[in-house]
Amino acid sequence: MTSTEFHRNQPSPLDLGFVYDTHVNPSATRRRADTLGKRRTVKKNWQAAWLLRAVTCMDLTTLAGDDTPGKVQRLAAKARQPVRQDILEALGVGDKNITVGAVCVYHARVPDALAALQGTAIPVAAVSTGFPAGLTPFEQRIAEIRASVAAGAQEIDIVISREHVLGGHWQALYDEVCEMRQACGNAHMKTILATGELGPLWNVTMASKVCMMAGADFIKTSTGKEPVNATLEVGLVMTRAIREHFERTGYKVGLKPAGGIRTAKQALDWLVLIKEELGDEWLNASLFRIGASSLLGDIERQLSHHVTGHYAALHHMPVA
Amino acid sequence: MSVADLFDTMNYGPAPESPAVVQAWLDSHQRQFDLFIDNQWHAPANAAYLEVKNPATGAALAKVANAAESDVDKAVQTARRAFESWGKTSGHARARYLYAIARNIQKHARLFAVLESMDNGKPIRESRDIDIPLVVRHFYHHAGWAQLAPDELADYQPVGVVGQIIPWNFPLLMLAWKIAPALAMGNTVVLKPAPYTPLTALLFAEIVAEAGLPPGVVNIVTGGDETGAFVVAHRDIDKIAFTGSTNVGRILRRVTAGTGKRLTLELGGKSPFIVFDDADQEGAVEGLVDAIWFNQGQVCCAGSRLLVQENIADKFLEKVRRRMAHLRTGDSLDKTIDLGAVVDPIQYNTIDRWVKIAKAEGATIFQPDIPMPQTGCFYPPTLLTNISSASTVAQEEIFGPVLVAMTFRTPAEAVELANNTRYGLAASIWSENINLALETAHKVKAGSIWVNSTNLFDAASGFGGYRESGFGREGGREGLVEYMRPVWQSRPPHTDPGAFDLDRWSSDAPSFPPALNSHSSANGLPPLDRTSKLYIAGKQKRPDGNYSQPVLDPGGHEIGQVGKGNRKDIRDAVEAAHAAKGWADRSPHERAQILYYIAENLAIRSDEFAQRLVSMTGCTAKTAQHEIDLSIDRLFTYAAWADKFGGTVQETTLRGLVVATHDYLGVIGIVCPDEYPLLAFVSLVAPAIARGNTIVAIPSAKYPLCATDFYQILETSDLPAGVINIVTGSRDHLTRTLVEHEDVDAVWYFGSAEGSYFVELLSVANLKRTWVSYGKSIDWTDRHQGAGEEFLRAAIQVKNTWVPTGV
Repeated sequence: MTSTEFHRNQPSPLDLGFVYDTHVNPSATRRRADTLGKRRTVKKNWQAAWLLRAVTCMDLTTLAGDDTPGKVQRLAAKARQPVRQDILEALGVGDKNITVGAVCVYHARVPDALAALQGTAIPVAAVSTGFPAGLTPFEQRIAEIRASVAAGAQEIDIVISREHVLGGHWQALYDEVCEMRQACGNAHMKTILATGELGPLWNVTMASKVCMMAGADFIKTSTGKEPVNATLEVGLVMTRAIREHFERTGYKVGLKPAGGIRTAKQALDWLVLIKEELGDEWLNASLFRIGASSLLGDIERQLSHHVTGHYAALHHMPVA
Repeated sequence: MSVADLFDTMNYGPAPESPAVVQAWLDSHQRQFDLFIDNQWHAPANAAYLEVKNPATGAALAKVANAAESDVDKAVQTARRAFESWGKTSGHARARYLYAIARNIQKHARLFAVLESMDNGKPIRESRDIDIPLVVRHFYHHAGWAQLAPDELADYQPVGVVGQIIPWNFPLLMLAWKIAPALAMGNTVVLKPAPYTPLTALLFAEIVAEAGLPPGVVNIVTGGDETGAFVVAHRDIDKIAFTGSTNVGRILRRVTAGTGKRLTLELGGKSPFIVFDDADQEGAVEGLVDAIWFNQGQVCCAGSRLLVQENIADKFLEKVRRRMAHLRTGDSLDKTIDLGAVVDPIQYNTIDRWVKIAKAEGATIFQPDIPMPQTGCFYPPTLLTNISSASTVAQEEIFGPVLVAMTFRTPAEAVELANNTRYGLAASIWSENINLALETAHKVKAGSIWVNSTNLFDAASGFGGYRESGFGREGGREGLVEYMRPVWQSRPPHTDPGAFDLDRWSSDAPSFPPALNSHSSANGLPPLDRTSKLYIAGKQKRPDGNYSQPVLDPGGHEIGQVGKGNRKDIRDAVEAAHAAKGWADRSPHERAQILYYIAENLAIRSDEFAQRLVSMTGCTAKTAQHEIDLSIDRLFTYAAWADKFGGTVQETTLRGLVVATHDYLGVIGIVCPDEYPLLAFVSLVAPAIARGNTIVAIPSAKYPLCATDFYQILETSDLPAGVINIVTGSRDHLTRTLVEHEDVDAVWYFGSAEGSYFVELLSVANLKRTWVSYGKSIDWTDRHQGAGEEFLRAAIQVKNTWVPTGV
């Protein structure tokens, strides 16, 4: 058992009072989200260091119907060496063993990913439970988790039943996520809220609270398939819920924004959000992940610019 | 710091904005600036210059001229000359100039922002993202008003030459708030920037020239307090607009008293920040950051007084302390700080003195353990708890990054505490319950109310205070009218207060029965005595002093007696008016109905009132009837206005609703003129009560009987007790008590120049609103002079309530 597992969030009884004690003002939330990236910025070496950290927090993802073993192999290779070694050397971090946080694939591609990542510490995450809609029969969703864990996935990204949130069926949501957590066993469970489909912002807070009580290791914004994915507003209310859960239970739950994060600047905004709202303890892969597929290329270009002083071409960066 | 180390620590680093362009600009001026008069630089007459420093570093930035009296005079004369043509320039031409100014500021936006931050110490984020965009928006918005003014404000003319004195906390923004409406309406300007922060005004001078504004329309005279005093005292200035401390505001009210100069004051505050137990506490904490740690708390409308519901106070304050530990303080040009430097060591010491007083009074001081710059003028963010409403720092404006926190139990108590202040500039209200939030917004006495938000500003929404936070508004239509006067009205003549004598003016002439009773009796019986009493709280009340005053006809014959009120009667009348405040919450329809009812009852008794006018004033029956007809007409006018002057929806940049409510003022003292004793009385009283005020009226001393006869009309018209109170007696003697009364919100005085002077002078007791005639008679029968929009505006104060929306 590693030390992070020791502190792993534990399920606690559903406290509906805590769920209903939710007061979220969307306009005030937006104002904070809008100004976060203007109140804080990092430049020069700081920026390079932060971007490297963002790389290590990345769940490098491919979730397409045409994913093949070959595509996953290429992704895994990029996960091992997310930034060109010459750039890393120039930044003075050639020996830091910088890899992404995880590789995230569909269940069917778990064996390919595992094979391609052999010999690294990079975990494989599988999206599960009828991703992305979560509307397959419940038993099948549980079975899917078990199958992915059995196949070697160390992280499971589950999706919740949006209808439980929209209908206010908090007990049902709690029960569902509890069972999924049980099915995950030692694999870490990232609970995808699909915030773009939950209606008003306060529903995100309430759903976050319930999922954390049900034992989520991470709460995650989106599948990447909803019309609106990871916005800073949603991230803000989720970090605040995480803080409240920590204050109540002493357990730290991680945050994973996913979907729509494509630029280095966006990645920095998310790091600022985490640092400001949750603190430095959350600023690492055990408590923060960014789910992304195209982000890495932009970060790599920025790092290259930092090293060379001129703007880089995307086609000079190895593709994932 | 190596990338490898930073990768491990994930610390923030410096993110400096370059001062290079500003330094080059200052160098191009040899770091010395003269006075901007007539679109030229003029060296100050006394060759004196003041040093301007960067408070974050202490480094000298430049020297600016310290204008002498002759320099100010030159600027005013220039502005006067320019006014002759600028005041007649078409609205469209003025719009083009304002538009050009807006564009030119936008073009040089970063230069302005960097210069502002270096001069003032505020974070570059604020000058870049808040101050300068608001400045640009202000000029664009007012370019629009210039375009529309000839049609939309056709009944108004410009005031003339305006003297404007601005503070150091938002130097360029306050310049914009002053200059844009003044120019839009055709005035010319002599502006005096604050001595700590004159530099953006001087850069603005170059913008003015670049925009091709005609010479003399904008003149900028830098200097110290003395220069400001020269501007205020200059005889050829028609209006003074001031933003600054309440203490200086009082001085300006005194200095301009009786001069006929228009005056608007935007002064201090101790604005409440109310957090109910159903609020989004995280949002409210961020709101506090924007409320009290914006511009280092050097904001007149800073939410400096936290009122948090008792049942969430511990948890909420813990969140505040946690948040404070994440605040970053540093050089104003660092893009990653929350707080910059306070403006000057003197200000630092003032803030520190208040905090020490709080400590001595038993307050608990919290300052987060965050890195503070080792040099420069930086005050740490501070939270004071264990504070009660009796604490000095709960009442006094600190003007620094210091929050005081108190608790309340119920919404009613929250309102009571919020209003427990001499100020009334702004309030921030946090609740997720729309009923509670909007009802609280309705009850809190302040000019800007921010629901679930704080420190929001926009050119389309007037900013300004209630109570001792000043009067007048900046922004919106309500701000424009401060720079205009009705076309029929000319600038009041200059009076020399040297000849005035307060005790003589306010003396109480003794009165007793006439030596020779000249009553005649038609039927041989002695006349039935009809000595009028006072009318207080809906009752006819014998005067406290138990003296009476005879009323004579033009021939010197006694036609009746009225009670002779004294200061205690005024006191009682004011108490009664306060007790009747429920009047403002009556529906507008109800207030209209009562005014119609008064008109109806006056019509029924018009013969009796006509006779009274004839016997009092000696006018013809026809003239008397005309006055009565007009009085009824006027009652109808204000019955009509009772439900048609409620306010507007403001079109700001906020997503949501910004509503300008025309709130009632409170208790208004109305001192009536001798001319048209009934019509003037009705013309003044009717708009005041139509808009929800309660009043204490002092009728003409010479012709009081129409007012006293009016009691019976009021008694039969369903008017609630205390809405109108009438005290007869020595008019100016009573006026003095009324104007010195600290719980009277406004005094309207239609009388002598001397009385007008003293009313304005003595109004500083609580900075009550005044409306005086400067000894000039108006034609009460004219519907512009006797019933213009001015009457309605004098009866209200504008409250802007900001309600953001979104899900």
